Amino acid sequence: MECPEERPIIYTMENKPIVTCAGDHNLFTSLYTSLAQQLPREPMEWRRTYGRAPKMIHLEANFVQFKEELLPKEGNKALLTFPFLHIYWTDCCDTEAYKSSVKEDMLRWHNSLRTHGSADWVIIVVESNDTKKKNKTNILPRSSIVDKIRSDFCNKQNDRCVVLSDPLKDSSRSQESWNSLLLKLRTLLLMSFTKNLGCFEDDMRTLREKRTQPGWSFCEYFMVQEELAFVFEMLQQFEDALVQYDELDALFTQYVLNFGAGDTANWLGSFCAPVRNWSGLLLRRPIDMEKRDSIQRGEASLLDLRSYLFSRQCTLLIFLQRPWEVTQRALELLHNCVQELRLLEVSVVDGALDCWVFLSCLEVLHRIEGCCDQAQLAANCSHTVGLWAYATDKLKSLGELCGLVSEKGPTSEDLNRTVDLLAGLGDERPETVNSLQSPYKKLKEALSSVEAFERHYLELSHAAMEMYRAIGRVRSARLVGKSLAEFYMRKGDPEKAETFLQEALKSYLSEGWSLPVTHTRRQIAECQKLLDRKEDYLQTSALLAGDLNLSTEERKHFCQEILNFAGKPGNPSHKATLSMSVFAQLTQLQFHPASASVHSGAVLKVELTLRCLMPISVHIQQLAASIHFDVNHGGTHGRTQKSSETYQPWGVVCKNTHLLMRHHEGTSPPDTLNCVSPPTVTMKEGAQMLKVQDVTLAPGNNSIVFTAPSGQPGTYTLRQLCATVGEVQFVLSHIYPSVRYEVYSQEPQLTVEPLSEPLLAGLPQMVKFTLLTGHYTVKKGDALQLSNAETLPILPSTSCTARISNPTAELVSESTLSIQSSEKVTSISLPPTPPYHVLEFELEVACIIPSGSETAPLHDPKWRECERMSIDCPWSIYSTLLALTFYIPFKTKHSLLSAGNRKYIQVCVQNVSDVSFTLAEVKLTEKQHGSLELQSLNTKTHQLLCSKHSVFCLWEVRWKDELPSCMQCVFSANFSPLSQDTSAFKPFHYQFQLERVTTLYSVKAEISPPAGEQHCRSGLLCGLEVCITRLTEPAEGEIAEESKTEPDGFKITKLMYEVADSSSNWAVCGKSSGMVLMPMKVNATHKVHIEVMPLFAGHLPYPKIKVLRYLPHTAAVAIQPDPDSCVENDSLSLLDKTLDDQADTASIRSRGSVHSVGSGDQQQRGVAMPRLEAFSPGQVFNHSHTQQVLVLPATDDHIMEVNAT
Amino acid sequence: MAVCIAVIAKENYPLYIRSVATQNELKFHYTVHTSLDVVEEKISSVGKALGDQRELYLGLLYPTEDYKVYGYVTNSKVKFVIVVDSSNTSLRDNEIRSMFRKLHNSFTDVMCNPFYNPGDPIQSKAFNGVVSGMMVQTG
Repeated sequence: MECPEERPIIYTMENKPIVTCAGDHNLFTSLYTSLAQQLPREPMEWRRTYGRAPKMIHLEANFVQFKEELLPKEGNKALLTFPFLHIYWTDCCDTEAYKSSVKEDMLRWHNSLRTHGSADWVIIVVESNDTKKKNKTNILPRSSIVDKIRSDFCNKQNDRCVVLSDPLKDSSRSQESWNSLLLKLRTLLLMSFTKNLGCFEDDMRTLREKRTQPGWSFCEYFMVQEELAFVFEMLQQFEDALVQYDELDALFTQYVLNFGAGDTANWLGSFCAPVRNWSGLLLRRPIDMEKRDSIQRGEASLLDLRSYLFSRQCTLLIFLQRPWEVTQRALELLHNCVQELRLLEVSVVDGALDCWVFLSCLEVLHRIEGCCDQAQLAANCSHTVGLWAYATDKLKSLGELCGLVSEKGPTSEDLNRTVDLLAGLGDERPETVNSLQSPYKKLKEALSSVEAFERHYLELSHAAMEMYRAIGRVRSARLVGKSLAEFYMRKGDPEKAETFLQEALKSYLSEGWSLPVTHTRRQIAECQKLLDRKEDYLQTSALLAGDLNLSTEERKHFCQEILNFAGKPGNPSHKATLSMSVFAQLTQLQFHPASASVHSGAVLKVELTLRCLMPISVHIQQLAASIHFDVNHGGTHGRTQKSSETYQPWGVVCKNTHLLMRHHEGTSPPDTLNCVSPPTVTMKEGAQMLKVQDVTLAPGNNSIVFTAPSGQPGTYTLRQLCATVGEVQFVLSHIYPSVRYEVYSQEPQLTVEPLSEPLLAGLPQMVKFTLLTGHYTVKKGDALQLSNAETLPILPSTSCTARISNPTAELVSESTLSIQSSEKVTSISLPPTPPYHVLEFELEVACIIPSGSETAPLHDPKWRECERMSIDCPWSIYSTLLALTFYIPFKTKHSLLSAGNRKYIQVCVQNVSDVSFTLAEVKLTEKQHGSLELQSLNTKTHQLLCSKHSVFCLWEVRWKDELPSCMQCVFSANFSPLSQDTSAFKPFHYQFQLERVTTLYSVKAEISPPAGEQHCRSGLLCGLEVCITRLTEPAEGEIAEESKTEPDGFKITKLMYEVADSSSNWAVCGKSSGMVLMPMKVNATHKVHIEVMPLFAGHLPYPKIKVLRYLPHTAAVAIQPDPDSCVENDSLSLLDKTLDDQADTASIRSRGSVHSVGSGDQQQRGVAMPRLEAFSPGQVFNHSHTQQVLVLPATDDHIMEVNAT
Repeated sequence: MAVCIAVIAKENYPLYIRSVATQNELKFHYTVHTSLDVVEEKISSVGKALGDQRELYLGLLYPTEDYKVYGYVTNSKVKFVIVVDSSNTSLRDNEIRSMFRKLHNSFTDVMCNPFYNPGDPIQSKAFNGVVSGMMVQTG
């Protein structure tokens, strides 16, 4: 944006390119207006030398009358006054006139041009119809005059003579003529520029190359290059003009740098002269002729040269509408000038440069404000704010220099200095005399009084801060704020200062810049001390005392400040409360015991590790931790409720704190820095507290041990920590993560468990009694009363020792128990035991094995015996019931075996336990029949019975008169574990009953080969003859059963036989089963013949022959033998596979029912149907059981066939 | 050469800051901290303009009367700031760039150290050595 009122000034200063006019002056005057208007109308392309980009350029010209003095003399480098084109005007159309006068004049003109070496000329011949008409008679063809001129002057340069037709008429012909003339003029002008400027530039370069020669002057060269800049500016080529100044700038800069490096140029002398004037930049004039003259004279100071250069650059940049580059360059310039003066060791009055910079900043800002509107300025704060801040800075240092910042005001020395500084400003420039807000006036006013200074300084500071804020440079704004705070501090206004400092501190804290934090905090401490804000000051002091960025001395000082305050007697009801974190850090918290769980009344220690941040040891009157108590319902019910995770000691939790810290570091790392202001916490008065009096905290880690209250059961949470130092309290408002311990109360608990698993019945074994005393104290005389059970006697032991151990399982004491047994009760006197201890002792017990088979159910695989003990305990009115499980080590089975009429009893003892035993004195007795003799067939007196093995014992039954149908037997043996000696033998009894022992029938089978064959052959039918013989007289029960059904006197019983071959060796042909009527007398025999066919060759077992009792439908239900025992006995009597037999019986039964009259369904439905009943195992003796017969293969042909194939 | 070299974490706290003259240490801390304003400004403007193809070197952040502050930002937004004395005119842009590159290489080595916890202050001797080299070189 250009300043409208300033533009004409520039143009009056500027010349347009000079074009001289010779010849008919009146003619030119008549055409001047049109010419001057039309020349710049069309742009022309200007092709440049040295590869510079071509440019479109609007040409203007300053037409002046030709004078010979205008022509440049040899060596004159002035470009501004250089005539770029010479025009000769004529409207001569008369040959005579031309010859007589015009040609002569033209020749003179041409000659003078030639002597000055100027080749940029043109002759314009103006034609008009008027002139033609006027001289009609003498008229030569128009071309002839022009031709003459061309032949006379334009030696092969016909374009140097141009015709302009009817210039003043508004015709197309006239316009066309004008256009060609203008084009010609422009072309010629550009040609002239190119040529003359090219020449000039070449000369200039040559001059520049000489810069290392002695006697070369920068100022001279400056004038030359600036001439070029002026011409470019004149041509409105501001960019090119700016380049010239930038080149000069760079050249000068390089000289100064070289000077700094030791290379001196004598022309630099004037620039090294002491600075006498520091009036700042002047940007309101297009060309500061004063300064330019001084440069030309070689008298300019460095600041003059820089100021002039910058003012020119500024002017051009504003033409180029780049105001923001001005501000940026201005800042660079100001910094650079200060540096250059330093480098050149130019002597400058103290503060003079500050004045210069201050004035210059404001001048640049004013200049920019002058050419931009408010909105633009606001949007481009980022470009101007640097200057504002710089000016603020400089004003501040000026204020300090001139004693305007102190509380007392300036001294006379300060005033003298001020006068000197003001003198260097000189008089105000005429441009700004009328401006109220000129930088000059501002500076003068600011230095005139303390108040004015403050006003100006604050105004600038706030402007800079606001701008920084507006563009988001918050840190910069805060730095200005900090500077302002320092100012307020010096002015003795700590309150205002603190606001700015706190704000800055916040930003340093949040971003973790520790050094600025320390520095700012120290300033804040100073403010707070002055403001007498005790708690704040103490808090800040505490922070500073623990700040490692400070020296030990400083830290001690701040620590002492706290201690001094703490030592003063103050208001006892109100103590200064500070945050603990600045004073000491809780780094570790550990419970002893580590489980953090104790029974009520037990000792629980809490060990805190506090890292004291103070530089010296601090004596603490009291360190207290408040506790929140919570009645925990789980806690009263004993240990089971306690979950161990929650009560981990802090050693583990500390790791989490570390993570927590690390996480926090994401935003701001240093841990101690985070407390900005003291927390508003007060120690909550809890009912219970952990307290320690008089502790001295040394710098670094300190261990403090508390004894925690553990009276009431429940959960105790540590809430706050408070250290009291005199009048000061350091409070940690939350102990985090949450730390708690638990106090529990426990009921006494008595448990009994076997010393070794499993407990075996029958043997004396040790069981362990464990008494957890809980809250109960076992007193002298307390005893356990065990009610004796018959099956579970407590064996009196010679030495029974009770062990008492504490909760951590350490043995406390041992004592001998006294046990008194009466018939009903065993009383165990307990030794005195403290609460929450464990009392253990062992007793020997033995469980008596029940002798009957019915007490040990066969289907129970574990053979368990549970015994309950009832114990009366001194702490309870109720009896404690305890169960012990004993396992019976043996499984006993019996069976009856027959051989014809002879009977044998077999007892099998299976050891189901994991222990091996020795069996001794194996005995079998019959209770009822004294006549019976049981002859033992067992040879060994002692039998080894290994774990999971069985022992079989056999007795033959001998009788004198008659074999009783029912026998009550008792099997007894002594056993002892293999490892123990014979004295430890314990008895074992097994009772059982045998019924229907007598053999009623014998069955004999015979297989005869087919007729004519010696042996049976497979595939050939054989005869099977079954002979059933009655062996005994009818028994009493039997008669009773049969007589009812067959009252004919013959006493016949019905038997069912059946041939069954379970292994598919035989095919039964025809009837496989049938019914026989059997007379009930001795030796009654019945024979049955059945055809069977062997299916295989070899020694085949006989098919099985079963004999069953057939009961007619009216018969009452006979004594049903237990199905289990039936199976059992069956298997034993038949000496066959037990399971197969069981299946067989079932199949026979169903088959039998098919052959019987009724159906199986009916049989099952009611007893009215006829049915089959199996005999008891001893009642039928099978002679051919396990007998085999040889069966030959079918025929030899068969073998032949095999061979043939 | 350089009077102060700083490495600043993504979150703007210093990972490393070292300056030549100890009496001016505080001033450099303030200077570097303030320069973050311009770093952020540049990052946001550059980010908008060029997207992914980001130039790490931020150039001159701002000059003061006594110092020139240059900035550089890694792709992980870790900032390097080099403060150079204004009177030291021998340093050209290219030299500053190469200093930053060297610094970046050394920083990468630090990050590659498995025992270094990213985000912790840099205490590597090698890195310190590289920085010392840049500070001493021409004095």
